[in-house]
Amino acid sequence: MAARALAVSAALALAFLTLGPVAVVLARAGGFATLGPGDWQAVRFTLWQALLSASFSVVLAVPVAKALARRRFVGRALLVTLLGAPFILPVIVAVMGLIAVFGQAGLVNAGLTALGLPTIDIYGVHGVVLAHVFFNLPLAVRMLFSAWQAVPAEHFRLAASLGLGVQAQWRVIDGPLMVRVLPGAFTVIFVICLTSFAVALTLGGGPRATTVELAIYQAMRFEFDLGRAAALAVLQLALALAAGLVALRVSGQSGFGAGRDREVPRWDGQGALPRLWDGAWILLAALFLLVPLLTAVMRGVPGLLLLGPDTLRAAGHSLMVALGSTALCMAWALPLASRRGELLALPAIAISPLVLGTGLFLIVRPFMNPFDMALPVTGLVNALMALPFALRILRPEAETVVRDYGRLRTTLRMTPLAWLRLVWLPRLRRPMGFAAGLTAALAMGDLGVIALFADPDRTTLPLQVYRLMGSYQMEAAAGAALLLLMLSLSLFWLFDRGGRVNAAT
Amino acid sequence: MLRLEDLQVAMDASALKVDLALPPGRRVALLGPSGAGKSTLLDAIAGFRVATQGRILWQGRDLTQSRPDARPVSILFQDSNLFPHLTLARNLCLALHPDGRRPDDEANARIEGALRRVGLEGMADRKPGTLSGGQQGRAALARVLLMARPVILLDEPFAALGPALKREMLDLVREVGESLAALVVMVTHDPRDAAGWAQDVVFVAEGVAHPPVPTDRFFGDPPQAFRDYIGEIG
Repeated sequence: MAARALAVSAALALAFLTLGPVAVVLARAGGFATLGPGDWQAVRFTLWQALLSASFSVVLAVPVAKALARRRFVGRALLVTLLGAPFILPVIVAVMGLIAVFGQAGLVNAGLTALGLPTIDIYGVHGVVLAHVFFNLPLAVRMLFSAWQAVPAEHFRLAASLGLGVQAQWRVIDGPLMVRVLPGAFTVIFVICLTSFAVALTLGGGPRATTVELAIYQAMRFEFDLGRAAALAVLQLALALAAGLVALRVSGQSGFGAGRDREVPRWDGQGALPRLWDGAWILLAALFLLVPLLTAVMRGVPGLLLLGPDTLRAAGHSLMVALGSTALCMAWALPLASRRGELLALPAIAISPLVLGTGLFLIVRPFMNPFDMALPVTGLVNALMALPFALRILRPEAETVVRDYGRLRTTLRMTPLAWLRLVWLPRLRRPMGFAAGLTAALAMGDLGVIALFADPDRTTLPLQVYRLMGSYQMEAAAGAALLLLMLSLSLFWLFDRGGRVNAAT
Repeated sequence: MLRLEDLQVAMDASALKVDLALPPGRRVALLGPSGAGKSTLLDAIAGFRVATQGRILWQGRDLTQSRPDARPVSILFQDSNLFPHLTLARNLCLALHPDGRRPDDEANARIEGALRRVGLEGMADRKPGTLSGGQQGRAALARVLLMARPVILLDEPFAALGPALKREMLDLVREVGESLAALVVMVTHDPRDAAGWAQDVVFVAEGVAHPPVPTDRFFGDPPQAFRDYIGEIG
């Protein structure tokens, strides 16, 4: 009964903290009359960039995932693991890497100049789409890849023994698989790109490349027009909810792709041309992911010497926010680790951090200076954002524990505390470590709601990187970005490892 | 007496009807084809399933509405009888202290004694995963000893063991039951288990659990439904 009371209060707190800010935003929104033509342009741009990003991610994922699924090569397992890395990679670090490769003075432009070709510009719609593809191509590849891995080996044996040609195999195996997986992958990525703020903040901007989220930020920070910010937040909420509902209907069972590395023997595509084709796609994908990252790391090393006191203080703030978010998210996730709890947390995916942040700003403002609350609010919003992922990881394991040992618990007359201490927590250590690692890394790297609330005294490390970039201290920014990357990965590693070492088997 | 008065328990598609009484200290086999409702009956006695009709009484006390943890019953399931991440000592200690505290000297002595009784002397610090299937069964029986409840229910916990090992375990169950003077009710689909071990047989088939019959009489003159079940010729 105590567990039930805990679950109910966790659910109520969750509902209050998501619906409360939304209600305030709705109440404060000054009607759509406050919205100018620029704002409608922002809506169009938001949809357009999400459409482009999702399309490129999904279309490019097909040859990459197909190649990964049917080729064996050294480093394949590592590459499959790396495909999961963008999830915990701070956006600002990836953006620094992409600028270093595709930016004004980047590697690509250096090559183009050497060949006497015109240079490319990363700012604007190309850059936004490029960064979104960088983050979401791996996700699409993982979803497709795990679908291919889940095809029973007998299907490929049958195809081989029937001597099916390329087209026949496509019709029998690959085609139906695409039809099943791609719509879900597309809509999930579309929703992610609708609500991604940091990419638009760093690479977008200007009248032609402003998203609704960016417009919210500008209305609040530069124009101090809370009514307009709230109206924009309502727009953003409507967009994300509509897309989220579609995604929920379409994606259904496909999930996020576990990225298991099962060996399925294949007999198709043995000719020289298919091998070359697959090899090229794998190489391109690996380069696309690794070169920006490695460049960000290499440029960051000298910058580590330039870490000023402001940056170190921001790093301290970020660590506090990350640990606070993790503790809060776990405290929420454990009582809610059930099917119902997972459904309850789902809206948090569609309610973007900026919308929540706007609502919280409006709630806090009558009582205190919102800027004093910058760090707690950031921690809270990050915990909310990570909750659906944490539940997705914890729920199946939690249900297994109850199914396997619930009756033993009863017949032993175990007290609730004994159950929690001796069975529940020890049995859930691994998934808890993994979920906590994800939450900590996400919170560490988040550049969202903090941008609404921050003042010079209270920044987080990602925002500090952005500020250094904005003041053209590129080397210091690169150093701070590397520090951020190291902290994010270390947090993930520590929590995940903590869950594994001596874990119950 | 464990009385099951005019009891009805819902099953997937049908219902199980039971009206019988089992005296304390007896060894009873619940025998019948799979899907007949043997485990359902066990669950009803243990309280994991609610009866839709009738009463369950132990020594005159009505248990029908009691929660599973309030019944004078210890049960061994088909699997997952031990927590795999806890040592045998911690597993067994839960029978003495359900609040999960560490065993003190007295508890340790009792745990060691119970382990000695089942032939697992000196294994208190081992985890279940390091034991064989038979040893795990023994450890679970040691816990039943410590729980010392007057009714012991066994839901085919030794089904995965080989014939010789299974016979050993059944002997041990008999010892444990006798030392606690407990009523032992065991589900089995194997007539040989019932014949060698049980004093009474409750035959479960076609939605009915028949009243207990002494084992030799049951196998001497088996009911027609049982003949059909084993496919006996004449």
